[in-house]
Amino acid sequence: MSFHPEIFLQQIVNGLVLGSIYALVALGYTMVYGILGLINFAHGEVVMIGALTALSVILALHGAAPDLPAALYILAGTLVAIPVTMTLGYTIERVAYRPLRNAPRLAPLITAIGVSIVLQNVALLVWGRSYHPWPPILPTTPHTFLGANITDLQIFIVAGAAAIMAGLTLLVNKTKLGRAMRATAENPAVAGLMGVNVNVIISITFVIGAALGAVAGVMVSANYQIAHYYMGFILGLKAFTAAVLGGIGNLAGAMLGGLLLGLIESLGAGYIGDLTGGFLGSHYQDVFAFFVLILVLVFRPSGLVGERVAERA
Amino acid sequence: MSDLLEVRRLEVAYGGIRALKGVDFEVREGELVALIGANGAGKSTTLRALAALVRPAAGTIRYRGEVTHHLPSYALVRKGLALVPEGRGVFARLTVRENLEMGAYHRADRGVAADLERVFALMPRLAERSGQLAGTLSGGEQQMLAIGRALMSRPRLLLLDEPSMGLAPLMVQKVFEIVQSVAREGVTILLVEQNAKLALELSSRAYVLESGLVSASGPSAALLTDPKVREAYLGEAA
Ligand SMILES: Nc1ncnc2c1ncn2[C@@H]1O[C@H](COP(=O)(O)OP(=O)(O)OP(=O)(O)O)[C@@H](O)[C@H]1O
Ligand SMILES: [Mg+2]
Repeated sequence: MSFHPEIFLQQIVNGLVLGSIYALVALGYTMVYGILGLINFAHGEVVMIGALTALSVILALHGAAPDLPAALYILAGTLVAIPVTMTLGYTIERVAYRPLRNAPRLAPLITAIGVSIVLQNVALLVWGRSYHPWPPILPTTPHTFLGANITDLQIFIVAGAAAIMAGLTLLVNKTKLGRAMRATAENPAVAGLMGVNVNVIISITFVIGAALGAVAGVMVSANYQIAHYYMGFILGLKAFTAAVLGGIGNLAGAMLGGLLLGLIESLGAGYIGDLTGGFLGSHYQDVFAFFVLILVLVFRPSGLVGERVAERA
Repeated sequence: MSDLLEVRRLEVAYGGIRALKGVDFEVREGELVALIGANGAGKSTTLRALAALVRPAAGTIRYRGEVTHHLPSYALVRKGLALVPEGRGVFARLTVRENLEMGAYHRADRGVAADLERVFALMPRLAERSGQLAGTLSGGEQQMLAIGRALMSRPRLLLLDEPSMGLAPLMVQKVFEIVQSVAREGVTILLVEQNAKLALELSSRAYVLESGLVSASGPSAALLTDPKVREAYLGEAA
């Protein structure tokens, strides 16, 4: 057993790609938690619906005009998926969570699980049970960098996620809307006394999270070249883990937690065979997230950069 | 002068607890009115009802001639009603400047920058600490910030809930100097205070609240010499 630096670098690249996607989804969890103290377990399903909507558009466009540049298909799919998930995010908050704003904590949590099930079944009705593969639109010849392969798609995912996260950070920290979001997260009653319509801020938070989710959905389905109605569940759990790892409620934490989780998974899956003498294989990749979740909850429930201890739901 | 605020038979209940049992009072344009009373008398509840943080069970609140108790808090600020809540309620994770900017949240006029300078001139301590997180300020500085933040909304009626709470005497004096200078600028003020002596000295009229009802009212100077008030709220034998 010997160490191959190019394989290690390849795992890092794969981890950053996965981690960028987890971070985008984790932001949706953490923004809503920050403002409402609610874990929106339906967020993974919103991402799934974003992915399937985008893929449907891409397939239809590809069927009608098969020779357009790949970026155009993806752009079209994403531009349709974003308003769809935004509407969905808005509706979920308005219909399912707002009536329970002052209910005991367990009520919205159970509702969130109910909403997930509803969304999964809607997706099942619309898209069926089968796996939907992507059309062959993406360039497959990778660039090589120090012996590791990097595709255009991977560069696009990492750069796109970085740009979105930078934009969100600016929005939250430097704009009037962002200030109102932070004030509402800290004390909604006093934010109201300042003239903030708290319900509007909460809706905007859901809508932004859902838009990020649509982009993440497109990225994850492009990365695996597949989408199906059940993909939101495991992705949602992992992104939730990433949010908890970083410190739920904290934006920088969600970004950091997402990237770290992607790296842990990728390196873990790459080396678990070596580490266990071949006893466990790379298909144990999904286990790492939950292993991380348990470790964080036991040893550092406030997360890496979180100051507030996540409440037990 | 006309009443800026008129409260009639105001009742508020928290679950089964009747905190206000029919409170009557009014505040006229340009007045500084004090509302005093023992712990649990319902002073904060009155202010919270005025700012729509709690819904009245009965009675009417008329502000600028309009019945307002169906309006949400955020709409009342836009009409010039600002509350500095008990315990200050500064946004600890926002900077001092951001807190002040939140006070002007509903405003789109060009005067915001000038008002920020005015608040900084009134409270130089805040200017020095404008980039600091509000949570790191001392209690007195936080009280200043809470008042400054309310001023940023250009209030017509300012509701102050125990601005002296938890402050050392020197700081209390400073805070009250600021309250006075705000009043001199023409802002109408309804001041709730535990420190009855101070409140009565500062105000022109006052109401005494007792178990959810107004038990006495009148010019502050008269209440200051009223033996019953002296005994109950100024800690003196009658
Ligand atoms: N959120 C609440 N839930 C239940 N009861 C409450 C609540 N807030 C206040 N009360 C009760 O209502 C009554 C009036 O309270 P309020 O806070 O208005 O008194 P206060 O005059 O401001 O007293 P203090 O001087 O101690 O601030 C008290 O009996 C209090 O226990
Ligand atoms: Mg009080």
